[in-house]
Amino acid sequence: MDYYIQGILILSGINLMAVLGLSLLTGFTGLFSFGHAGFMAIGGYTAAAMTVKYHIPFIPALLIGAIVASLVSALIGVLTLKLKGDYFCIATLGFGEATRLILDNMQYFGGARGWPGIPAYTNFTNVIIINIIGLILLANLIRSKHGRNMIAVREEELASQISGINVFKYKLISLMISAAYAGIAGGLMAHYMTFLQPKMFALTKSTELTIIVIFGGLGSISGSVLGALVLTSLPEILRAFSNWRLVIYGLAVIIIMITRPEGLMGGYEFTPKSMKKLFFNLKEKRLKKSAGR
Amino acid sequence: MTQFLQQLINGLSIGSVYALMAVGYSLVYSIMNFSNFAHGGVIMFGAYFGFFYLTLFRLPFTVALLGAAISTSILAIIIERTAYKPLRNRKAPFLYFIICAMGMSIFLENIIIALPFIGPTFRTYPEIFSKTPIKIGSLAIGRLDLLMFIISSICLGLLVYFIDFTKIGKAIQATSYNIKASALMGINTDFIIITVFALGGFFAGIAGVLFGMKYTVYPQIGVITNKSFIAAVFGGLGSLPGAVIGSILLGIIETFTSGYVSSQYRDLIAFVLLIAILVIRPRGLMGKLNEDKA
Repeated sequence: MDYYIQGILILSGINLMAVLGLSLLTGFTGLFSFGHAGFMAIGGYTAAAMTVKYHIPFIPALLIGAIVASLVSALIGVLTLKLKGDYFCIATLGFGEATRLILDNMQYFGGARGWPGIPAYTNFTNVIIINIIGLILLANLIRSKHGRNMIAVREEELASQISGINVFKYKLISLMISAAYAGIAGGLMAHYMTFLQPKMFALTKSTELTIIVIFGGLGSISGSVLGALVLTSLPEILRAFSNWRLVIYGLAVIIIMITRPEGLMGGYEFTPKSMKKLFFNLKEKRLKKSAGR
Repeated sequence: MTQFLQQLINGLSIGSVYALMAVGYSLVYSIMNFSNFAHGGVIMFGAYFGFFYLTLFRLPFTVALLGAAISTSILAIIIERTAYKPLRNRKAPFLYFIICAMGMSIFLENIIIALPFIGPTFRTYPEIFSKTPIKIGSLAIGRLDLLMFIISSICLGLLVYFIDFTKIGKAIQATSYNIKASALMGINTDFIIITVFALGGFFAGIAGVLFGMKYTVYPQIGVITNKSFIAAVFGGLGSLPGAVIGSILLGIIETFTSGYVSSQYRDLIAFVLLIAILVIRPRGLMGKLNEDKA
C-alpha cells in the first residue's frame, strides 16, 4: 500500500483508539472530557519510558502505559466525578493542561524540547489488530450488564440511582476504561512518531477527540470509527489549502453542531443485523411501490 | 519588602486585565449556563483591531481603544447570532454550546493566520507611553501597568453601575436568576442575551488592546486568555464580583510565583489552582450553587 495512505490510516487508528475510549465516556455514560490528551500523554510517556529506559517489549509497555493512565484517571475521577455537568468538563480541562505543563518541566523526559529516539514499533498490522481487539472489547462491554448501567446513567442519573445503580461507581469505571484506551493510543503514538513533546497533547488534541466523537454521533461505536477516519484524513485531504484547512475545520464543527447535532450515525450502529434490516426495508419499500402501481 | 510591594503592584495590574476578560465569561455563563470558549478568540481580535487602528489608520490611542472595543462587541454579537442562536432555538444541551464555542475559537484563531495580510507573525504595538517607570520612593511603577489598572478599574466601575442601576442591568440580573420567569414577566431575553454578548465583547476588546500593548500580538493569544477563564471559575462562574476578585487573586498569585519560585511554574500554578478550587469548592469563591433539578 502507498506509504502516505498507510501513514494516514495509522494515525486514524491511533486516534480511533483514543476516540473509542472517549466514546464510552461521552457517548455511553454522558460525561464530557476536555482532558483526554492528558491521559494520552501519560500513557505515551509511560510506554516510551518502559521501552527506552527499561527495555520492556512493546505490548507489555503499552499495557503498563494504559494501566498508569487508568490509575491516574481513578484519582482524578474520585476527586471530580461528583461535580455536575459543566464543572466536570472544566476539571478535566484543568487536568489536561496541568499534565502538559508538568511534562514541560520534567527534564527526565526532555521537558518542553521533546524526547527523540523512541523506537518505531508501531506499524500498520499491530495498529489494526489492537484496534480490532479494542472494538470487540468495547462492543461487548456496552452490551453487558455494566454497559447497560452506564447507558442508564447517561439517560437519567437520578432515576438510575433510585433503581439501585451505583452512579458514582459506573462513572468511575467508565472514566478508567476510557483513560486506559487513551493511554494505549498515547503509547502507539509515541512509538509511531518516535518523538514525544508535551505540546502534542495540548488542549486542541482533547478538543479534537471530543469533536470526533460528536461528529460520529453520540452513543454509536460505528459512528466513532467513521468519525475518526473522516476527521483524521480531512486535514490531510485539505492540505493543499494549507492555512485555510483549520478554518474550514472550525467552520465544519460549527455547521455540524447547528445542522446535525446527532452526528453522522446518530446512535445507530453498523452491524450485520442492521445492514440486513436496512436492505430488507429498502426491498420491501420497492415492492410496495411496484404493487401500488 | 520593596520586592513584595513591587510584585503586588504588578499582580494587581495584570489581575485587573484578567478581570476585564473574566467578566465576559461570567456574564455569558450567568445567563446561558455554558463556558463561552470563543471569548479568547474575541479578545485576540480585539488586540488585532487595536493594533491596526493604531498603525494603519494612525488613530489616537483613546479612539483606537474605543474602536477596538466596539468592533469586538459587534463581533461577539455576530458570533452569538450565527453560532449560538440556532442552538438556543433548538434548546440544545449545554455541551453543544461548548463544542460550538470550541469550533468557533479554532475558526477565529486560524482565520487570522490564514488571512494573507495578517498571518502568524508576532507584532508589537507602537510605543505610545514611554517605558520609563514612575518612581515612588524605591518602587518603580510602569506607566503601562498603571494605565492598565486605571482603565480596567474605570471599565469595571461602569459595568457595576450598568448592572446595578440601569433598567437593562436589572433585566440582566433577573434573567440570570431565572430566564423563563423573566421572559414571562415581559423581559425580552433575546435582547438581554445580545446585550450580554455585546458587553463581554466590549470589555474583551479593551482587554485585548491592553494585553497586546503589555506583551505582543499573535494569533495564539487566546490561549493565554484561558487563564482569565480559570479566574472566572476561581471566583465562581456566573458571579461578577467573584470574577473580579478571582482575577485579581490569580494575577497576584501568578506574579508571586514567578517572582519568588520560578516563572516556569507560573502557568502550572494557575491550572493546579483550577483543579484545587473545583475539588474543594466547586462553585468558586462566590458563585451560585448549581443544583440538580430533576
